Amino acid sequence: MNISEYKGVFVFAEQRDRKVQKVALELIGKGKELAKDLNTTVTAVLLGKDMKDEAKRLCYAGADKVIYVDDDLLDIYMTEPYVYTMHKIITDKKPEAVIYGATAIGRDMAPRVSARVHTGLTADCTGLAIEADDEDPNKQNLMMTRPAFGGNIMATIACPNHRPQMATVRPGVMQAAKYSEQNPVNIEEYKIDIPKECKNVEILDVTKIIQQRMNIEDAKVLVSGGRGMHGPENYPMLEELADLLGGTISASRAAVDAGWVPKDRQVGQTGKTVRPNLYIACGISGAIQHLAGMEESDYIIAINKDETAPIFDVADVGIVGDIFQVVPLLIEELKKEKATK
Amino acid sequence: MNIVVCIKQVPDTTEVKLDPKTGTLIREGVPSIINPDDKAGLEAALRLKDELGAHVTVLSMGPPQADMALREALAMGADEAVLLTDRAFGGADTWATSTTIAAAIKNLKYDLIITGRQAIDGDTAQVGPQIAEHLGLPNISYAEDIKIEGDYVIVKRQYEDRYHTIKAKMPVLITALSELNEPRYMTPGGIFDAFREKAPKVWTLKDITVDMANIGLKGSPTKVKKSFTKGAKSAGKLFNLEPQESAELIVDKMKEKFIL
Repeated sequence: MNISEYKGVFVFAEQRDRKVQKVALELIGKGKELAKDLNTTVTAVLLGKDMKDEAKRLCYAGADKVIYVDDDLLDIYMTEPYVYTMHKIITDKKPEAVIYGATAIGRDMAPRVSARVHTGLTADCTGLAIEADDEDPNKQNLMMTRPAFGGNIMATIACPNHRPQMATVRPGVMQAAKYSEQNPVNIEEYKIDIPKECKNVEILDVTKIIQQRMNIEDAKVLVSGGRGMHGPENYPMLEELADLLGGTISASRAAVDAGWVPKDRQVGQTGKTVRPNLYIACGISGAIQHLAGMEESDYIIAINKDETAPIFDVADVGIVGDIFQVVPLLIEELKKEKATK
Repeated sequence: MNIVVCIKQVPDTTEVKLDPKTGTLIREGVPSIINPDDKAGLEAALRLKDELGAHVTVLSMGPPQADMALREALAMGADEAVLLTDRAFGGADTWATSTTIAAAIKNLKYDLIITGRQAIDGDTAQVGPQIAEHLGLPNISYAEDIKIEGDYVIVKRQYEDRYHTIKAKMPVLITALSELNEPRYMTPGGIFDAFREKAPKVWTLKDITVDMANIGLKGSPTKVKKSFTKGAKSAGKLFNLEPQESAELIVDKMKEKFIL
């Protein structure tokens, strides 16, 4: 493999229902930084059906170029047609790095692409940076930092002798670049014949999960409950608090595993990474795997009976107390505040 | 029907603590368990066996002590167990691991392969789909329900915001979520069998056909450059007050930070 032939940063721009997903814009933001350090460009790869307008949006979000493939087989995500197409594009265009969202789509296709291309893949990265190779100063490597061991440690991983260097990146971690409709539009409509045999599964049904609540990754305020909530019957109290603050509820793994709160509310290493303006942890002890998902929050308030709880190590304000006493009183105080406004 | 279930023995990472002085991991006393997603995959295979009849083989790559995880699987009801262990396999990343496991699976009969979605020590979710790629099989990730209809599997596949009901012709590889089921306990008779009657087979490098350049640390495209613990964020203030004072304090702090 001649590594110097591989140029450019590629971003897989995930779509669902023919809409580009937020994580794609975040990856373009990071991709631009990496491309600048490598003195190259960032290209977004969009696979879908009837999505030319969405392809433009990727340019407005900062992509120097978009490779767009339009095909019926790419309309709704299926593993093999996506892997087949991505593999062809990588073989043809030879990018030096390809980044994907660490979503249920990215985490399914990227491993197969890496196995087919024979290159490395680093999962669920929280940091990406460029560094010169230890032995060859002319070679630039992608340094991929990710949590490991349940979020207990961080590891920095490189893929020095294979190209492209590939990573999946957790949604919500990277910052999107400034969106501007003044950005030049540069779209390559890439033609490819996807063989019929690629359709090796049949999608019988698509059922959307109706989100009654705000997505926790988008919420500015999260009121989060853990094992200390004792049961699902106590969550309305947190809902009320969250409503008063214009936020929504989330939970630790203990509360999700106990079946008190749906999985989409879970914060942590095996759940979602969140960085709201305010995170209120109620009855959460603060296992490392939980902290890994929320410690970047701007302001953290923790309420817990146990003053040795590790959650207090990351909290800006720690309240040693009984949530069943403090939270109802807090709700009353907030109602009074609202009434005076 | 032949089902191969891949399991990994992992440290129970929820039990891991950091040494507050040195910031390093305290590994002593951390129990080893069957990775939760893998255990759900095993349970799914055992339910298919109960319902339709199947031969369930569990396969694990790891150090010799992974034998215990395989015996637990046998005691739960698996028919056969294979431990894939050799120093040459050590230090492998997901690419090299999946290459090694796929080579071992080629020695087995299978209609269905089930792996867990991801292991709690690595959380990569890569090895399942990569095994499928090396074997040239379709894969269905994130399974929350598995049904068999003739030669086909019908899987409820989870996404963040939706489910796809996916039908595929066997052979196929499925990655299981721990939400799939509640794994059964070992039975006393099963435990007896697992330690007296049955024993995991041990396969080493010479038992599989694989290119040495593609396994172990040397066959791994990714290299760990460094690992570190995150510097603890400096803790804020801890208050031990009456509940009413606590509530008022929180409101004051929110005002201070312009949250209210």
